[in-house]
Order: sequence, then C-alpha cells, then structure tokens
Amino acid sequence: MGIELQNITKKFTDYTALDNISLNIASGELIALLGPSGCGKTTLLRIIAGLESADSGKIILEGKDTTNLPPREKNVGFVFQHYALFRRLNVYENVAFGLKVLPRSKRPSKSEIKDRVEHLLKLVQMEWALKRYPSQLSGGQRQRVALARALAVNPRVLLLDEPFSALDAKVRQELRRWLRKLHDEIHVTSIFVTHDQEEALELADRIVVINKGKIEQQGTPQEVYDHPANAFVYNFLGNVNVFHGRVHEGMVTLGGHSVDAPDELKNSAEKTSQTFVRPHEIGISKIRSEGNDLEGTIREIRLLGGQIGLNIECEGFDQPIDAEIPRELYLNLQLKKGDRVFVTFNKVKVFACDYEI
Amino acid sequence: MSTPLLSQGTPPVVRKKISDPLPVRILLIGLTLLFFIGFVFLPLGLVFAQAFQKGWDFYLEAIREPYTIEAVKLTLTTVAIVVPLNAFFGVTAAWAITKFSFPGKAALKTLLDLPFAVSPVIAGLIFVLLLGSRTPFGSWLGEQGIKIIFSTPGIIIATLFVTFPFVARELIPLMEAQGRDEEEAALTLGAKGWQIFGKITLPNIRWGLLYGMILCSARAIGEFGAVSVVSGHIRGQTNTIPLHVEILYSEYNFTASFAVASLLVFLALTTVIVKAVMENRFQKNSSQH
Ligand SMILES: Nc1ncnc2c1ncn2[C@@H]1O[C@H](COP(=O)(O)OP(=O)(O)OP(=O)(O)O)[C@@H](O)[C@H]1O
Ligand SMILES: [Mg+2]
Repeated sequence: MGIELQNITKKFTDYTALDNISLNIASGELIALLGPSGCGKTTLLRIIAGLESADSGKIILEGKDTTNLPPREKNVGFVFQHYALFRRLNVYENVAFGLKVLPRSKRPSKSEIKDRVEHLLKLVQMEWALKRYPSQLSGGQRQRVALARALAVNPRVLLLDEPFSALDAKVRQELRRWLRKLHDEIHVTSIFVTHDQEEALELADRIVVINKGKIEQQGTPQEVYDHPANAFVYNFLGNVNVFHGRVHEGMVTLGGHSVDAPDELKNSAEKTSQTFVRPHEIGISKIRSEGNDLEGTIREIRLLGGQIGLNIECEGFDQPIDAEIPRELYLNLQLKKGDRVFVTFNKVKVFACDYEI
Repeated sequence: MSTPLLSQGTPPVVRKKISDPLPVRILLIGLTLLFFIGFVFLPLGLVFAQAFQKGWDFYLEAIREPYTIEAVKLTLTTVAIVVPLNAFFGVTAAWAITKFSFPGKAALKTLLDLPFAVSPVIAGLIFVLLLGSRTPFGSWLGEQGIKIIFSTPGIIIATLFVTFPFVARELIPLMEAQGRDEEEAALTLGAKGWQIFGKITLPNIRWGLLYGMILCSARAIGEFGAVSVVSGHIRGQTNTIPLHVEILYSEYNFTASFAVASLLVFLALTTVIVKAVMENRFQKNSSQH
C-alpha cells in the first residue's frame, strides 16, 4: 500500500477541519482529492507531509508508520499551491536543493547532482531555464520547476496541492495531460488536490470527494460520475438542475409528472426530496411523443463551446431548466428564443433532502 | 450622423495634468527648502565653520588629541559590539514573532518599540538602578571585580537597549510578507534548521538586515542621553564622541568641540549615504521578486 490514512482527525480550536478520515492509496496510484474550498484538502496534505500534526490517527507511507516523524524525515514530495520556489536561487539550485542538503554520507557527488537535476529538468521540459530565477518564469513554468524540485529527492509519495489553480484554463489543461503522462512514466504514488471536477475526472486513477472534512465518496472517475453516492457529490461533479419536491406513496412529483423514488425513500411517509437532472441528460424535440409531454418555452440560448445551452421555462416548474444539446441537433431543430419545445429527462436521480449545499 | 466614440477620426483626448495650482506648489516647495536651509544646511555649515575657525592645524590638533582619539575608539568599539549583537537579537526576535505562534506574541511585538518610546535618560537610569554599585546585584558584581556602570560594559548595555528595535522593526514586516512557504518547502526537501536559515531565510532578508544594521550603527554612534547617564564622563576612559563634544563645549573650548563634532557629522553623512545606496538596492531587489 502506498499511503494508508487511518482515522485522521484535526481540529483548529473549535473548528473540525478533518473528521475521521481513512483512506488507502495503492502504490503508484494517482488519486485526486476533490472538494470545495475550505473542506480541508490542504490540511490533509500538510498532515501527510508532517507540516501539521493530526489530533489523532495514523499515517503509514509505503508500509512505514510516519505519524510522528518530522517532515524532513518523511521523504514526501510537496508541490505547493503557490509554487514556494526559492526566490534567491536559480532554477538549477532550486532543483538541486534537496540533494545538496543531504548529509555528506548520503549526498551524491557534484556531477551526479548535476546529471540528476538536468535529467529532471528535461523531464519537466525546463532544461532551457537552468540559470533563470523564479521571478523570470511564468506560472506554469514555475510549477513545473516546483515539481522537478519535489521529485529530486526520490520521494516516497508526491503531494500536489492545487498545482495548476493559479493558471489559465488552456495552460491548465495542457499541464494536466502532461502530468498524467509523466505519472505514467515515473509511477510515484501521488495525491493531487483540486477543486476542479473536470481536472479530477480527467487526471486521476481514482477520485476521493471530500466535503467539510469528511469523505463523501471514492471510486474511479467513471463510478463517481455515473453513480454519485449522494446529493453533494452529484451537485459537485458538474452542472445540474435541482428540483425540490415531495415523496408521496413511493413517487416523486416533478412538474405534474411522477418519478420513482429511491428505495430508502419509498418506505418512509411523506418526505421532502431533491431531484437531480444533468443538463446534457435532457432531450429536446419539437414534436410531442410518448413520455416527453413536458412542454416549455426557450428563454435563452447560449453558446458553450461545442454544446448549446438552453434555458427553458416549463409549466409546473418554479425555476427554469438548463439543458445542453449538441450543436447539430440545435441547427437541425432550428431553435429560436421563444420557441415551444418538448422536454424529456433521460436520467433522473432522487435523493432525500438532508443536504444543504 | 452619430460619431462612434472610439472612431479613428476623433482627436486624442488631451489629458489635463492633475496637480495643485502653481502658487500652492511654489509655496510648499519654498517652505520645505526654507526649513531645510534653516534647520539642516545652516547648522551643519556652522559646525564646520566653527571647527575650522582657527585653521587646519588647530583642527587636526583637536582631533589628534589623545582624549579625542580615546573617545573615537570607544565609540567604534561600542558600535562594533552593539551592531552584531543587535543584528543577532533582531533576527531572532523577528524570526520568533513571524514564524511561530505563541502566547504573548502580540505583547512582545508591542514591547519591541519600548526603547524608542522611553526617553534615553530613563533608559540609562534603569541600568544604573539595576546594576549600579549601590544595588545588591551591582555590589555583588563589584566583589567579583566586574564594573558595569561608569565603565565600558555599561555604555555598551545602554546602547544595546536604545538601538535594539532597529533590526527587528526592519525585518518583521519583511518576513511577514514573505511568509513561511519557502521554509516549509525546504523542510519537506529534508533540510535541517540551520540549512534552512543559511540557505533560504538569510538570503531572503539580507537587504533588510543590512539596512536595519546601518540605522542601528547611526544611532549607536550618536547616542547621548542613555550613555551619558551610565558613563560617568571619565576622560580617556568612558567618554564616547558625543560625550566628548559635550565636555569640550562646556569647557568653552568651542573650536575643539566643533572639530570633534565634525567627526560625528562625517560619520552621520556616511551612514546616510550608505543607507541611500542600500535603499536603492533594497527597492530594486524587492520589486524584482
Ligand atoms: N492554521 C489554521 N487555523 C485555523 N483554521 C484553519 C487553519 N488552517 C486551515 N484552517 C481552516 O480549516 C479549513 C480547511 O482548510 P484548508 O486549507 O485545508 O482548505 P482547502 O480545502 O485546502 O481549501 P482551498 O481549496 O480553498 O485551498 C478551513 O475552513 C480553514 O479556515
Ligand atoms: Mg488549499
């Protein structure tokens, strides 16, 4: 096992930042820790790295209990949210730092250090910038140097704290793919923290969704996306329409129509519920047919990259519905603002209403 | 026909310079200059005029006089001891205040300013009351053959107290702005405390540190009040340059007094120039990063 976290709890005065977190990560796995701002992601990484101590719980790295080791003995590579490069050292010296501070008995020779640094900088495609100072690099370049610096000491595990959050969308996507490729080459057990669900879905072997210091769900990106365990996860993983309703005799009413309620809700008496429908799981047509007799008016049409976003006002719903359809369909149907359309919910998920988001 | 706002044909907007009307400017600049001439240039000029009143030979003689040389030596010794010590204390205090959290931190930060707030005479008196030969501790020290008040150690201690805040004051905002990120990164890379300090922290604060040390030197050279109380004014032994100037003056030996005073002016000008150069470097350096 690469990383084993057992019952980690951390309180800041009266605020519980991490609440009994247990997590196993296999050797060589890349997992994404996904959660909203302030949910405790950074705190968890800092505890694994030893920069912060947990109130209780155990941290086992590659089979070794490191709970009480000081950070310098943990051998954890940390890539910080805001780079934290050494501003007075150039790129070469930054990457060489971890090797140069080794005790003399373990320190590689000068030429070995040079070879290793150059190899790492080539790996992160920064070999041209040896002599530059951090202030002379762009954000993406800095983050790649920070990654090389963390890898220089052959860390047992690699922790990346929202490494790309300060970069623009395009660069972020590029670096994300590049990081995935790099991980496939070097296979170091890694935790990648992010609050961007797209990033997590695209990058990770496995996703761990946390909220308010608790793990909500873990699984492969496919599992988590297709079968969200609860309303929070559903809501957090992408855009979604939320309808509030009541469960009555095992059914949920939705704008004059009824949907099967999930089992755990069926047996209870009347109860409030939340129904989720993703915008791209909504069908649109101009002709009434069986099962799609929900009628609405297009209020707004938005261009969303390859998709078209429709904002539809439907009878019986107290809020407009967001739908996303392929561009081709949009062109075929020749939709305009104010058109009457028929709406189908292809996939509906109902949860009990014990959540506020 | 309506003209589009940003068409190329429209003439460029002439921006009116936003500033005060001319008379106000002249008045303010004039007042500043007047103040400068009256309170800085004129007095400094007078110091030199007085110092050279009886000619070069007398000037050199006054400076070469053994008591003067002893005073210069004592002042330089004091600076040489006080500045490194306060640099050390200042870095330690700034480090503790900015990198750790502990109870009483806010109080400590406030108390750092005490030496600035307290009148130097009182600062001197505190040490006389604490270490003078009439106090239990002072008399015990006396039995051990250690004399602090009315001798060099007293002067050094009083100067240490008065100049303590300079380095810490300079470093605290700097280190607060820099945060702990780099130190934490170094820690995860396996560096030990002294390696982090030597390779990361010190290079990051070196300009601020030097700047604080210069301010500290300037004050240590010029300090009069606190040193005057603890020195005892023993010529050739416990007289620093400012005290020596005072003594010569009170003996109506004006020319010699001003000659020695001109030394202080030279030292002060040197520190001001070094400070200006450093400030320049400091700003360039911090704006670069
Ligand atoms: N040193 C501290 N003292 C008190 N509270 C803290 C401290 N550090 C973090 N917290 C609190 O713990 C919670 C979790 O913080 P953390 O930095 O782990 O969030 P995060 O998930 O990394 O958020 P973000 O995505 O914004 O970086 C926050 O509510 C924060 O206010
Ligand atoms: Mg964070």
